[in-house]
Amino acid sequence: MYAYDEIDRTLVNERVSEFRDQVQRRLSGELTEDEFKMLRLQNGVYLQLHAYMFRVAIPYGTLASNQLRRLAHVARKYDRGYGHFTTRQNIQFNWIKLSDLPDALADLAEVGIHAMQTSGNNMRNVTSDQWAGVAPGEIEDPRIWSELIRQHTTLHPEFSFLPRKFKIAITASDHDRAAIKVHDIGLRLIKNEKNETGFEVLVGGGLGRTPFIGKTIKHFVHGRDLLSYIEAILRVYNQYGRRDNIYKARIKILVHELGIEKFSREVEEEWQHIRNSSLQIDDEVIEDIRSRFIYPAYEKLPHMPDELRQAAADPDFEAWRKNSVAAHKNPGYSIVTISLKPIGAPPGDATAEQMDALADLADTYSFGEIRVGHEQNLALPHVAKRDLPALWKALDKLGLATPNVNLITDIIACPGLDYCSLANARSIPIAQELTRRFANHELANLIGRLHINISGCINACGHHHVGHIGILGVEKNGEEVYQITIGGRADESAALGNLIGPGVKFDEVADVVEDIVEAYLALRERPEELFVDTVKRLGVEPFKERVYATR
Amino acid sequence: MPLVNGGKIADDSFVKLAVDTPLPEGGDVLVPAERFLSDTDALLKRGGKVGVIWPNNRDIGELVPHLGEIAVVALVFPSFRDGRAYSQARLLRERYNYRGELRATGQVLRDQFVFMLRAGFDSFEVKKQADAEAFMQTAKRYSVFYQPTGDGRITALHRRMQLRHSEGVGT
Repeated sequence: MYAYDEIDRTLVNERVSEFRDQVQRRLSGELTEDEFKMLRLQNGVYLQLHAYMFRVAIPYGTLASNQLRRLAHVARKYDRGYGHFTTRQNIQFNWIKLSDLPDALADLAEVGIHAMQTSGNNMRNVTSDQWAGVAPGEIEDPRIWSELIRQHTTLHPEFSFLPRKFKIAITASDHDRAAIKVHDIGLRLIKNEKNETGFEVLVGGGLGRTPFIGKTIKHFVHGRDLLSYIEAILRVYNQYGRRDNIYKARIKILVHELGIEKFSREVEEEWQHIRNSSLQIDDEVIEDIRSRFIYPAYEKLPHMPDELRQAAADPDFEAWRKNSVAAHKNPGYSIVTISLKPIGAPPGDATAEQMDALADLADTYSFGEIRVGHEQNLALPHVAKRDLPALWKALDKLGLATPNVNLITDIIACPGLDYCSLANARSIPIAQELTRRFANHELANLIGRLHINISGCINACGHHHVGHIGILGVEKNGEEVYQITIGGRADESAALGNLIGPGVKFDEVADVVEDIVEAYLALRERPEELFVDTVKRLGVEPFKERVYATR
Repeated sequence: MPLVNGGKIADDSFVKLAVDTPLPEGGDVLVPAERFLSDTDALLKRGGKVGVIWPNNRDIGELVPHLGEIAVVALVFPSFRDGRAYSQARLLRERYNYRGELRATGQVLRDQFVFMLRAGFDSFEVKKQADAEAFMQTAKRYSVFYQPTGDGRITALHRRMQLRHSEGVGT
């Protein structure tokens, strides 16, 4: 956990005061809606179909129990008793009143939470691996660097009016849980031959209507140069990124149009001017940030405690443990993923009661810490193995022990036409229907790892391009039509999915997905061959044949 | 449109000339970049100060040879959403050491003042009278800054280092 100091607290409070003044000027008519729009967006406030939507940042996905309780409080006091966790380590409240927003922000500021730059054409919330600091084999905790970038990008005087939004993600593990290849800047923490920390820097990844996988712009940027290198990329983008067409304004288009070689030369030239400036970070600065991350005092605990041995007799517990519990760098502990994908419910939602109860469980079993992942699930990062059976019972009572992490019902979906003013089609009802079709745990387990991603429009908030099965809702002649892709992935082998054929109607989507899954089960070489690997081996054709043979 | 200079509303001694307006005998003039570059000598020879209005899509490097001869560089925000002039401002101040008046023009609104001050602007053609009157108050909204720019304000990282050393932490 990063603990705010007086400096961080002051800034967040100053931002709350500024926003209170801006809202007041809007309510009095001093600001036009057009002028206010950008100001509210810079603080995470969208106008949706039915109400204002408020997006709160959870930088690099780390939350303390008192922070989660405060999010529950905001849900209860200012909204309708629930919140929605997003694919970028944010939480959204869908029903908030404009006049309540400054108070909600002030309540959050008391526990060091803010909504700065969770929308708007600026540098967004920095995201990272939700297992940062606890994953076995991790090179070092990427959150130290994430926090450094969080500070540097907050209210940046040069880059608060970029051509378009700008997203940075960091990972320090071989297995990329932060989807860095589909970010404007992706950072992979590595060591050089002198064992110094640095980053492979990728640029120009992104989804939306023109998806691109990020390209490596530099194989090693030393940690001390990280901020100057990022600043150089941003400066080139701020000056040359397209502003004539909102759909061509992301950095991925600039990188694509210039080509990575020319773009990297521009960045290199800019960087040589600024790398030896006050942007250079010395070890002391890093140590200072590191010193404000609080790490648990782990005990030396057995790898296989009696409690776990006894609980193994319960098949329900075992199903959950095998699915939701992952190895921790400390062998006496585990990382527990908490599925926010119960059968038949909207993906990523949590009620205020669930948030409060989870905060209590985090205090009892996880050193008061909770994590938020881009798959719209939560995690308790430091659970002693002996506590797993007790934790499971408690989660089960809360409806938070669905053993479907990484399975076909662990669906990522945007809010879609149920909430969003940009959407062309519904997403949540598709997700709900699919979870009902595959509700049988044995079946889901037999299918194995399979990510379904659903977006309700071309903006791709549900990351459909990188779903093993991607579902994109569009509007055609006043009707919702869904285009289906297969073979995408968001991890270290990131790839864009391929279209299987013509779009299908709303009530055919679940049938089509069932057909695809049946085809996979018949085609896979062995049970261990994942869906996405079968697609890679055989291509789209056999799936296409199966789906369209009878349609 | 009120001009804020040195933190308060001030008279503007500069007259803006279009590309083809005849050059007045005396007085201070602000001219578009292309006119300045094509007619530099004539402009500089006459009495009165000369300033240049530099568009946000033209390389600011072209102006560098003349920075010692001009009194004002006016950068342009065609819309407050278009942030290119922030980069130009920082380059002028931090890379090219321009010390003359750096003016923000176009859609300049209250909520950009802090960003503009940090990027190096020191004069502002403010769109609304009320915003101009609120300048000083708005400029003091923030006391904490995370990024180093050329404006001399101490950054949070630096302040923490000072605190550490004064408390003897880590020594």
